Amino acid sequence: MESESKRKKESPNTAELAVTASFPDEVLEIVLSLLTSHRDRSSVSLVCKDWYRAERWSRTQVFIGNCYSVSPEILTRRFPNIRSVTLKGKPRFSDFNLVPPNWGADIHAWLVAFAVKYPFLEELRLKRMAVSDESLEFLASNFPNFKLLSLLSCDGFSTDGLAAIATHCKNLTELDIQENGIEDSSGSWLSCFPESFTSLEVLNFANLTSEVNTDALERLVSRCKSLKVLKVNKSISLEQLQRLLVRAPQLEELGTGSFLQDLTARPYADLESAFNNCKNIHTLSGLWEAVPLYLPALYNSCANLTFLNLSYTALQSGEFAKLVVHCPRLRRLWVLDTVEDKGLEAVGSNCPLLEELRVFPADPFDEEIIHGVTEEGFVAVSFGCRRLHYVLYFCRQMTNAAVATIVQNCPNFTHFRLCIMTPGLPDYLTNEPMDEAFGAVVKTCSKLQRLSVSGLLTDLTFEYIGKYAKNLETLSVAFAGRSDRGMQCVLEGCPKLRKLEIRDCPFGNEALLSGLEKYESMRSLWMSACNVTMNACRRLAKQMPRLNVEVMKEDGSDDSQADKVYIYRTVAGPRRDAPPSVLTL
Amino acid sequence: MERLLSFESDHLRATELRLGLPGSDKPSVRPKNNKRASSEISQESKSNSCASNAGNDDERDSAPPAKVQVVGWPPIRSYRKNTLQVQAKTSESELCRGMYVKVSMDGAPYLRKIDLKVYTCYPELLNALENMFQLTIGKYSEREGYNGSDYAPTYEDKDGDWMLVGDVPWGMFITTCKRLRIMRGSEAKGLACV
Repeated sequence: MESESKRKKESPNTAELAVTASFPDEVLEIVLSLLTSHRDRSSVSLVCKDWYRAERWSRTQVFIGNCYSVSPEILTRRFPNIRSVTLKGKPRFSDFNLVPPNWGADIHAWLVAFAVKYPFLEELRLKRMAVSDESLEFLASNFPNFKLLSLLSCDGFSTDGLAAIATHCKNLTELDIQENGIEDSSGSWLSCFPESFTSLEVLNFANLTSEVNTDALERLVSRCKSLKVLKVNKSISLEQLQRLLVRAPQLEELGTGSFLQDLTARPYADLESAFNNCKNIHTLSGLWEAVPLYLPALYNSCANLTFLNLSYTALQSGEFAKLVVHCPRLRRLWVLDTVEDKGLEAVGSNCPLLEELRVFPADPFDEEIIHGVTEEGFVAVSFGCRRLHYVLYFCRQMTNAAVATIVQNCPNFTHFRLCIMTPGLPDYLTNEPMDEAFGAVVKTCSKLQRLSVSGLLTDLTFEYIGKYAKNLETLSVAFAGRSDRGMQCVLEGCPKLRKLEIRDCPFGNEALLSGLEKYESMRSLWMSACNVTMNACRRLAKQMPRLNVEVMKEDGSDDSQADKVYIYRTVAGPRRDAPPSVLTL
Repeated sequence: MERLLSFESDHLRATELRLGLPGSDKPSVRPKNNKRASSEISQESKSNSCASNAGNDDERDSAPPAKVQVVGWPPIRSYRKNTLQVQAKTSESELCRGMYVKVSMDGAPYLRKIDLKVYTCYPELLNALENMFQLTIGKYSEREGYNGSDYAPTYEDKDGDWMLVGDVPWGMFITTCKRLRIMRGSEAKGLACV
């Protein structure tokens, strides 16, 4: 590491030596163990050899944003005492089917290494990794202290793997299965938790579709007195939900099952009272297929809600407005665009504390639809919710003026992700490109960390970004720009850029190669359907040995074109598990 | 007397043929067609019928050329896409975009149709019916139905029985209602007293 060469220059005088000698490593380790931020720890490890050593011994949690940037061997060699690992695998565009299957990011090799070096491993959080049942079984059998498993956007496993976890992990506190490509063959995995098992604090199986044994679930909930998070799947009916709530009044986060059932008066009253009895619920989600009729049962619970996730509930504006009136403390809101602008106006009027808003499209591919949200809804929210700093907004039309107003109202955006769903759509009122909209965003929001752009954009947008977005870390671009200059402006101008993902833009070799020196300071670059050639990629790979330059070829495409390029820094060298469609240059 | 006269003129107005949304006296405004021709990649038409449309230049709002969906766009996770698609299909088959049911009124020469999905509760529906037919229905009470008013709204349920509107929860009502009939008060009284 660089730190060691830095140290050689200094020649300590005797006074300094005395000080260093009297400060034992153990004390330093204890002090450093109080540091939790990964970035702080990285900085600490660069100070001097002693600190590097102390830091590596005291580190218990590690976050690896790209599983191929380092190898299990290198990791376990440097950090001997890890108990918690977070790993992210595939490039983000794999969520949208842009990455070939069997691309990699398999967890198994890591688990094998951990079984030897970290047998006391407690937590594993995976995102976009390939996870097999075999791996889950291995995990369940080799780590007796294992407590926490979180799988987000992973694929390759089935409910059999979950059964292994439930059966063998005696100390499990958290099982969080979210939005995975899981093969759901049966709900019997839930019944595998032994009757003696009581340690569960978090259970999220909202992702799964199979019916679970509701008796087993009820008993599990009853005996896990520390259960704070319960997110059930669609198969759980309202009546069953009520029975669960009665057994877990201490719940803080609830994901309901299907909110669709014909309830007569009695069960409805029971449901309402069950909700009223759960006084600690601050996060609510699920509500699959909610019939608005039963939403009033939630009204009292909504008073303390800080996070409401209705992104799987197709509520109309009227029903939604009636609900949102009861949520004055809301800080995070996820909805479908079925609530329309009127629904968002209600948010602006009732949720002054709102910090995060995500509006998903209910029917993204249906061109007949004339509903959804427009710029008006977004503007309405910005007037009412001045603390807004995180937005993900899918819409079918937008104007430069609206965005300018929005950021004027809310200058503290850290995450601005705007998706105008028709690629290359201009400002629908003026017919101009949307350059000024994103110009306004970067000029006004100095804290901006993440930006996704859309609509008709020329190089001007990227000039603005390069000039003003000095804190930008992640940029997503699609169907935008006019020439290489656009990409170059970004690479030259954004000092904190870590992740750049580009698709279907007219950026070519000159742009790619202009970032030669930059890529080592970034986590990764993705470019697909641009104008990059194989030769340029080879040149890049040759000049920058500490980068992995991977090209994914499409069937039947021109041999000289690099259809999809994924470039990332690594200390582990080129990977050896790439499928044939991925060429490492 | 006065009331009868106004009823007749209302009645005449009701029989007047015109384009208009129920309850409105103004001439109709066609809902704006917001179909937007897409400016992005368009390749093979999805269906052959589009070819015939494309040739027809007279159509002012001809359907945009059907395009192949761009892979991975809009950027929504597969899991979410699949879940919503399944939901859309099931709810479409049940509730559709619009739950139109026929509404007949005793004495009216022709029937009307309303979309039950537009309303979220009974008062909204009854208000709409009152506007559409220019009459008063009055307040619902469990004991007496719509006593005290000239008309009572009834509906035919899935079993073919004629029921009084308002007895069951709204959600249940809209899934079981097949058609509506506004009964004259005198007849309706027979329904209410049980």
